[in-house]
Amino acid sequence: MCGIVGLFLKDKELEPKLGEMLTQMLITMTDRGPDSAGIAIYGRGKRGKAKLTVQSDKPCQDLDDLAPELGRAVGTEVGIRRVDTHAVLELEAGKVNVARKAVRELRPGIRVMSDGEVIEIYKEVGLPRDVADRFELSRMEGTHGIGHTRMATESAVTTEGAHPYSTGADQCLVHNGSLSNHNDLRRKLMRKGVRIESMNDTEVGAAYLTWKMQNGASLGEALDSSLEDLDGFFTFVVGTRDGFGVLRDPIACKPAVMAETSRYVAFGSEYRALASLPGIENASVWEPEPATVYFWSH
Amino acid sequence: MQTYDLSERGLRGLNSVLHAQREETNRTGWEVVNPRGSHAIAVGLDAPLEIIVKGSTGYYCAGMNQGATIRVEGSVGPGVAENMMSGSVVVEGDASQYAGATGHGGLLVIKGNASSRCGISMKGIDIVVHGNVGHMSAFMAQAGNLVVCGDAGDALGDSIYEARLFVRGSVKSLGADCVEKEMRPEHVGILEDLLERADLHARPEEFRRYGSARKLYNFDIDNVADY
Repeated sequence: MCGIVGLFLKDKELEPKLGEMLTQMLITMTDRGPDSAGIAIYGRGKRGKAKLTVQSDKPCQDLDDLAPELGRAVGTEVGIRRVDTHAVLELEAGKVNVARKAVRELRPGIRVMSDGEVIEIYKEVGLPRDVADRFELSRMEGTHGIGHTRMATESAVTTEGAHPYSTGADQCLVHNGSLSNHNDLRRKLMRKGVRIESMNDTEVGAAYLTWKMQNGASLGEALDSSLEDLDGFFTFVVGTRDGFGVLRDPIACKPAVMAETSRYVAFGSEYRALASLPGIENASVWEPEPATVYFWSH
Repeated sequence: MQTYDLSERGLRGLNSVLHAQREETNRTGWEVVNPRGSHAIAVGLDAPLEIIVKGSTGYYCAGMNQGATIRVEGSVGPGVAENMMSGSVVVEGDASQYAGATGHGGLLVIKGNASSRCGISMKGIDIVVHGNVGHMSAFMAQAGNLVVCGDAGDALGDSIYEARLFVRGSVKSLGADCVEKEMRPEHVGILEDLLERADLHARPEEFRRYGSARKLYNFDIDNVADY
């Protein structure tokens, strides 16, 4: 099992409520995934700036003086916003790759959750309500977001095992299901130099999409080819800078419900997750088709 | 008509109250409000009750029904009317996967579309879908009738036994051992009756019938390529 929620806003007036709406949806999916929870939130970026969201199990030790030290190492000013075990670092867009490398050298205990102009990823072990409270998710604003509640099957209950996974700048992946060829695919990708940090199946799926896109595929093409190369059950929701996409495997036994109104497009593993959205009673509600890539973007 | 507010009184209370009606048959009409996608609404009923669910439900709505009439004014999640024995279930919206799975009897009507595995392993239930059905519908269907007024997805009737499948629209592909069959007068009669009971104005002659080629009942080495 596992629960997925996603919300893409068409109506700008709802943007200040994105976090509140997503929190409600995420908590409803607690019994599909009580082990860990995470969200990717797409807020407003600043031109020429990038955000690097990082996490540490020892935030006091790792995050306290990180910004100035990182700034010196990469030769630019680095802003920092601390959120519980996470921190969002803001720096010149062109310095992201050097900064990622420098963070790893300066603080080996830090995990990079995401990078991009607008994306921030927060995830931790615990009940979805507790995770949402820790990050004050309900106060976050943005244009769209994706959330995941995990019931672990393929690997340990850890922060690395929690979703969403970053798949590239401003991109992320969440997954409900289980991939059965992930060990083989992990070996193949690692031989090609792809960095994979856990024994989790979804991380391999995310790394696969990243690798495909680094080799010239668009996100849509990468998702299409995943139907051939990934074996197992999956409902994927991918976040992009401008919106989100949905793909279910051809067997489609993992549930998925979509709802659309003039104000939003929403995704839920079950209708329950959508039941508190405004105007849901008059929304167009349907089940996405198997083996079909869907995208919504601004 | 009794009203039960699911958001105030909870699911377990609802099903207990409905089960208790077996002995108190004067309270036969029930309206369930605020279902909000909850699972297992009105399951295991064993009395001639009339239930109206005012909104969409989650997994396993109206499962194991015996004798009750259940109408859902919304869409339903996976496994609606699973293992129904008798009575009827009407869904005004769409149904998710494995609608009517393993049903032994009764009538399931879905006024929207049903997704994958509709009628999987059906054992005597009648299912009428006003719209389309997804892939692997009527997989291992043993008895009963599946009527599809729209289109059917891939692998319709895979490994079918003796159920009858009637499809008005296109069939994307037939599953192993499922073939088109002649529509004889007795089949037109069965279909007419089902369409009428499902409140559908369609002409039986527009439908095609599919059923088992009966090659895979028992393992036969000569048919090994068909499995």
